Amino acid sequence: MTLPLYVPVASPVHRLSAGVKLLCLAALAVLLFARPTLTVAGAALVGTLAVGLGVARLPVAVLARQAWALRWFLLALLVVHALTTDVASGAHTVLRLLTLVLAAAVVTATTRVTEMVAVVERLCAPLRLVGGRPQRVGLLIAMALRFIPVLVERADRIRAAQAARGGAPRGVRALRTTVAPLLVQLLQMAHDVSEALDARGADDVPAHRPRRT
Amino acid sequence: MRFRRPGAAPAAVDVADPGRGIELRGVGHRYGDRVVLEGIDLRLTEPRVGVVGANGSGKSTFARLLNGLVVPTDGQVLVDGLDTRTQVRAVRRRVGFVFQDPDAQIVHPTVAEDVAYGLENQGVPPDERAARVAEVLERYGLAGHADHPAHLLSGGQKQLLAIAGVLVMRPARIVFDEPTTLLDLVNARRVAELIAGLEQQVVVVTHQLDLLDGFDRVLVVDGGRVVEDAPPGPAVATYRALMEHR
Ligand SMILES: Nc1ncnc2c1ncn2[C@@H]1O[C@H](COP(=O)(O)OP(=O)(O)O)[C@@H](O)[C@H]1O
Ligand SMILES: [Mg+2]
Repeated sequence: MTLPLYVPVASPVHRLSAGVKLLCLAALAVLLFARPTLTVAGAALVGTLAVGLGVARLPVAVLARQAWALRWFLLALLVVHALTTDVASGAHTVLRLLTLVLAAAVVTATTRVTEMVAVVERLCAPLRLVGGRPQRVGLLIAMALRFIPVLVERADRIRAAQAARGGAPRGVRALRTTVAPLLVQLLQMAHDVSEALDARGADDVPAHRPRRT
Repeated sequence: MRFRRPGAAPAAVDVADPGRGIELRGVGHRYGDRVVLEGIDLRLTEPRVGVVGANGSGKSTFARLLNGLVVPTDGQVLVDGLDTRTQVRAVRRRVGFVFQDPDAQIVHPTVAEDVAYGLENQGVPPDERAARVAEVLERYGLAGHADHPAHLLSGGQKQLLAIAGVLVMRPARIVFDEPTTLLDLVNARRVAELIAGLEQQVVVVTHQLDLLDGFDRVLVVDGGRVVEDAPPGPAVATYRALMEHR
């Protein structure tokens, strides 16, 4: 599962700073786990949907896709709870998790990656004191978001190529036959990407960078 | 990582002499024991330079020498008088590079963010950055896709995005390594037209020979040597003859 990317809409939620949105998300998580009552979880879910669909005017599909991607996980959770405790507590846990995932989706769909990355870079600013580069952490996050879909696509392509030649392995064997060629492609890609980063000035350090001692 | 005093790189830019073009002096390159290029002496000042040759002949290595992605194991490469070995940052600001596979050079998840990446590296202020990104996206027909995820673009659009990410940095020269190899005919033609319209000096490695129409100079690389250096007509003839005897 990957969180949705920015959906451009002119809404107050979109305009809110990334830092505030991330803080709200963190506060919601704390609230859901500190006050584990059905009322709180229900209200949080309704609130999240109201903000996401009502105020931010995100397409229903953006949030539905997130819930759909989690269906098996949530179902399994429900079953495990039903077997070990009871159905009600299972439903409750599922509700909380679903709410959090949807809230996270609302945040990522209304915030540009660059803004999110800027917040992370500010949080990592102390790294400078020990000679680290907060920008690198930010770039890493952006690149993870960029390359996860690429990775999935390459894996699909390998599976399709194998199926085209009559191989339709399943289970552990499928894992092995897909993972090995995928790793080879990944290594090649990592090399190509690092060259591209160099070519685009990844090392072209701006002059205002503090001096290291 | 080496210690660098702030301001060291910009000082190097000042000594560049734009008239000198790209010079290769006694250049050779080995990967381990394997000789990939040898005995190359050239000065490239023409606005349009093409490079052709068989697979594995050393074209990509040659292209990478021109902006310091590869440093020659023998000889020297100078860009406007700047040595790629010692002044690589200044060289890379002057020489943009477009790779064959756009997927590997798009590093941010959405279109506008990716175009802005190189400008961030150069420390361009946010306002100017946004203006320059918008201008480039507009010019290459990507304005409507500014906030779209890069992985949802078509192959042709991805290559346009990769090129936009280089052009926004306004390098004086751009090297293309097989920019149309992964594209269909329509998109290959669009990229060819885009390259033809550039004001920069361009060096294009390609297997698509019609891309070289109107070029000033074409190098034929074979077995790590430049075996022909001529206008497109004669150079392409030499290349065809060479390939027929394989
Ligand atoms: N990083 C590398 N390490 C080792 N060998 C390489 C490397 N890059 C290229 N080669 C080898 O050098 C030769 C020339 O490669 P390249 O410059 O990519 O040629 P071309 O672009 O004309 O196909 C090939 O035989 C290739 O296998
Ligand atoms: Mg090549």
